[in-house]
Amino acid sequence: MARNPLHDVCIAGVYNTQQARVLEGVNEVELLVDAMRGTLADAGVAPHEVDGVNVRSAVWRINAREVSHWLGCSPKWNGGEFGIAGVLEAAGAIATSQASVVLMADAQCGQYTERALTAPWTRPTNEFVECWGLYTAAEFALIAQRHMAVYGTRPEALAEVSAAIRSNGAINPDAVYYGRPCTPEDVLASRMVADPFHLLDCCMTSEGGAGLLLTTVERALDLDCEPIYILGGGLDRFGMSYVMAPVYDKYGLAGRRAAQDAFEQGGIGPQDVDVCEFYDPFSFELIRQFEAFGFCDEGEGGDFVMDGRVRIDGDFPLCTNGGLMAYSHAGTAQLLQKTISAVLQLRGKYIPELTVPNAKIAMATNGGAGALFTDLMIVGKEQP
Amino acid sequence: MKPQRDTPLPRPNVLTRPHWDGCREGKLMVQRCNDCGTHVFIPTPVCSSCMSSDMQWVETSGKGRVYSFTTVWRPQRPEFEVPYSVAIVEMEEGWHMLSNLIDLEPEEVKVGLAVEVVFHAASDEITLPYFRPAGA
Ligand SMILES: [Zn+2]
Repeated sequence: MARNPLHDVCIAGVYNTQQARVLEGVNEVELLVDAMRGTLADAGVAPHEVDGVNVRSAVWRINAREVSHWLGCSPKWNGGEFGIAGVLEAAGAIATSQASVVLMADAQCGQYTERALTAPWTRPTNEFVECWGLYTAAEFALIAQRHMAVYGTRPEALAEVSAAIRSNGAINPDAVYYGRPCTPEDVLASRMVADPFHLLDCCMTSEGGAGLLLTTVERALDLDCEPIYILGGGLDRFGMSYVMAPVYDKYGLAGRRAAQDAFEQGGIGPQDVDVCEFYDPFSFELIRQFEAFGFCDEGEGGDFVMDGRVRIDGDFPLCTNGGLMAYSHAGTAQLLQKTISAVLQLRGKYIPELTVPNAKIAMATNGGAGALFTDLMIVGKEQP
Repeated sequence: MKPQRDTPLPRPNVLTRPHWDGCREGKLMVQRCNDCGTHVFIPTPVCSSCMSSDMQWVETSGKGRVYSFTTVWRPQRPEFEVPYSVAIVEMEEGWHMLSNLIDLEPEEVKVGLAVEVVFHAASDEITLPYFRPAGA
């Protein structure tokens, strides 16, 4: 079989700005500039060396054309996707020689101001959805309730997932919810939001920025950086989220096709994954992803996550920085932060209590069945 | 649980107006493909099964079962009275739609519950299709 050109692309730089529920006295431009500078510094790349750009912000709608002036560069490639889809898009551009150094950055602050309403990005405006009082928690709850009715998945399993992730954030000094420990009992005792999701089954809203730089493995050898390699990736999409009813039988295994592709590209299987930086908007979604990706059979995810298996010292540690539940959940930067956390974990950048011993392979995911898509990528400490 | 008094109302367009006109006349209308027979919802320019343009609006039975549900306590916006029950209804003809369940208590909602459409005028132009236990 021909060598997969993705394997000659690596992630050379990553950076997270400060994250907070609300970043007082910070504007989005400053935040984005910090994300870009931090990422370039981490990779050891000068601004004018960037020849591919995919930079965005949530409120001010900063775009790649604008930041080209800030970088003093003239890109020959611009990306349009965000999160993991954007990373894979950029990797593809590098693998096909359309660009050699791609800078991605994303930031959000000042977007959620009307607190009597759910956050603006959670509220669908479609005429067959909005009038029924839906928002993202309700959409994902409709997937979870069906699974619970068909397979008998218990609220205790959902609570264990939340508690495992929040326990990581509680000891991560960079996490928004640092210092806030959480047990499954805490999750079950928190107020109900959209049955079966209690408040602590749901991710937070916050503000922050992040960046990531990709280049060729060849180029990375000349940089003062710690490269992490791309083993595989893929998207799995089902059309219009928050428009079509989230029917489990149609979308419940979203991500399976992407996982099969990514595992095949990397020549590995689920048992080879050391770290699971999975997308964690709501607790049940993690149970579903383990099933969809083939870590366990469909219907068995509720049992799979028990017995400490997804805790930081378990076989499949979830969201080792605290994830969207406890680390941060800002704009679309948070999608990029799944890959960033995978990189930081493989580089051994977390505190000892959050470091997975001898971690070599990490899987990062975006999306979920309630949103009718799941994108993912697998990264490794060694070049495949 | 009862119909909401103040919800964001749909603004029908050329594609969706037949559905909302039907609701106002007490009929649950959906598109059916004349080439392959599939019922398609939400309204679409071509069939999602065979891409035919030969789509026809037909009246449906308005009967179905609760496919999944969630009882919502944190409202989308303060105008909503809680709790309210969001459901996916699997209709007799095999299509799915989102709605709210009324005329029952939250603890009575179950996957598989037989339900029927009940129309509630929300404005002069818009009538919303809620669902209640069948035969209630
Ligand atoms: Zn058809």
